[in-house]
Amino acid sequence: MGIRERLSGNEAAAIAMKQINPDVVAAFPITPSTEIPQYFSSFVSNGQVDTEFVAVESEHSAMSACIGAESAGARAMTATSANGLSLMWEMIYIASSLRLPIVMSLVNRAVSGPLNIHNDHSDAMGVRDAGWIMLFSETNQEAYDNLLMAHRIAEHKDVQLPLMVCQDGFITSHSIENIELLEDDIVKNFVGKYKPEHYLLNDKEPIAVGPLDLQAYLFEHKAQQAEAMRNAKKVISEVAKEFEKISGRKYEFFEKYKLDDAELVIVCMNSTAGTTKAAIDELRAQGVKAGLLKIRMFRPFPAEEVAEALKNAKAVAVLDKADSLNGCGGALFEDVISGMYVSNIHVPTLSYVYGIGGRDTTVNDIKTVYTDLSKVVSSGNIDNPYRYLGLRK
Amino acid sequence: MSNLIEIRWHGRGGQGAKTASLLLADAAFNTGKYIQGFPEYGPERMGAPITAYNRISDTPITVHSNIYEPDFVVVVDDTLLDSVNVTAGLKSDGAIIINTTKDGEELRKSLKGYTGDIYKIDARKVSMETLGKYFPNTPMLAAVVKVSGIMSEEAFLEDMIGSFKHKFAKKPEVIDGNMKALEMALKEVTKV
Repeated sequence: MGIRERLSGNEAAAIAMKQINPDVVAAFPITPSTEIPQYFSSFVSNGQVDTEFVAVESEHSAMSACIGAESAGARAMTATSANGLSLMWEMIYIASSLRLPIVMSLVNRAVSGPLNIHNDHSDAMGVRDAGWIMLFSETNQEAYDNLLMAHRIAEHKDVQLPLMVCQDGFITSHSIENIELLEDDIVKNFVGKYKPEHYLLNDKEPIAVGPLDLQAYLFEHKAQQAEAMRNAKKVISEVAKEFEKISGRKYEFFEKYKLDDAELVIVCMNSTAGTTKAAIDELRAQGVKAGLLKIRMFRPFPAEEVAEALKNAKAVAVLDKADSLNGCGGALFEDVISGMYVSNIHVPTLSYVYGIGGRDTTVNDIKTVYTDLSKVVSSGNIDNPYRYLGLRK
Repeated sequence: MSNLIEIRWHGRGGQGAKTASLLLADAAFNTGKYIQGFPEYGPERMGAPITAYNRISDTPITVHSNIYEPDFVVVVDDTLLDSVNVTAGLKSDGAIIINTTKDGEELRKSLKGYTGDIYKIDARKVSMETLGKYFPNTPMLAAVVKVSGIMSEEAFLEDMIGSFKHKFAKKPEVIDGNMKALEMALKEVTKV
């Protein structure tokens, strides 16, 4: 049975890693994810895991060490934030193109500059096209659960892609909240042993990893990566169903909160989804048909399913916690509207950039978005589709 | 969410306001509540004003934002009364709990226009008498439990023994003093 606990998001991630007991963890500390390798290194010192912990000198080396370990046939994990992920950039692409199912805890933080240690999603959005599966987590519970499911998804023979589990820096990473943990042996059985098909330390099958790949094959290899990302959808569903059996907690590509009959819908990710739920409860009590579509699986993006779920809405607002600085809306907004367009679904949709650099987002802020949406519905006029939420004038 | 209690802590870096908010979350959790305990991270340094928060509820808490309309405010250092608007948004039926030796009239004057309940405690005296050092957060923790009625004093004290045993595993000699600080603070906090 589940264990009732109270943990910060970082503690939850570290405990998930302890229960997974990977072969290798390589990490370099950076706020706000520092506590994850910090707690994990104490598990190593105390003999609670038998992981090889590599205290590297930079994030570039952290990802390089994970790549080396996974290529050798080991299960490797890391954690980082913001500029740490930026410094990994080169190796992030190499990890996915080598089809190495490395699992990362990404504690989302604004990428400099100017220097800011607080939460937004600019780090994650910088690697959205890097070929990693990306799961987002509203709470410490979801960060924990997503990590427990991560290896089963990433290592599946039809996938073999790296995976990152995102949660909001400070907002969930440093907040103590209730959580239900699974017993160690249940996690161990669920995650299982890593049995790579091809790996460097297999003396019966000598292979090369990452050789030159020019005009003749790179294109095909990239198409295979894309195919693996499409395959991941089915695997993510299957693993979630199995996880529900051991945990009682249900996970889908996205969570629908009072969405089925909703006229005004917000689409967002991570902790803001919880604040949005509270706003919806207040608005529903006043008779406003407000709803939420919370993206859990951002990569691969469930374009068709999202479009289908939004088709009966009268107006939609997509909240991006990173500004793409492109003059035409945030990354999540673009994915949502292109998904709707391809499915021939046309619902008036607004882009909101919000929460940049840790700007707090309150229930009242979220309610103003629903007010904006109801104005769009009553006037039939979008006016400006590219908006800010919480920007000081 | 009518059972939701929201608390805002004001302290100075190094006084343990963040730790106190986490200990309060711990204690409430152990009585079966849903809890949040989180600091507002700024440019944190010794002596700088810091804020920490608690949400405590019988039902799951989904909101993830700072607290702007608290039920209770705890001021760990009364020099903050001159520089921080500690009663901002404080509910009229709530209360503020201040670590101070000032009298009621002085306090009302520095809380310009605030008409709600004020509680005070001399946490320095409590801490010096029980711990021999100035750690205001332990007495303030007991004070907020007493004033808010989040849990019974007995349940709180019983739970805190466990928490201190865990927190001070490497220096068990301070556990007794901390327990005495809590017990004394429960008696010392008074309504102004």
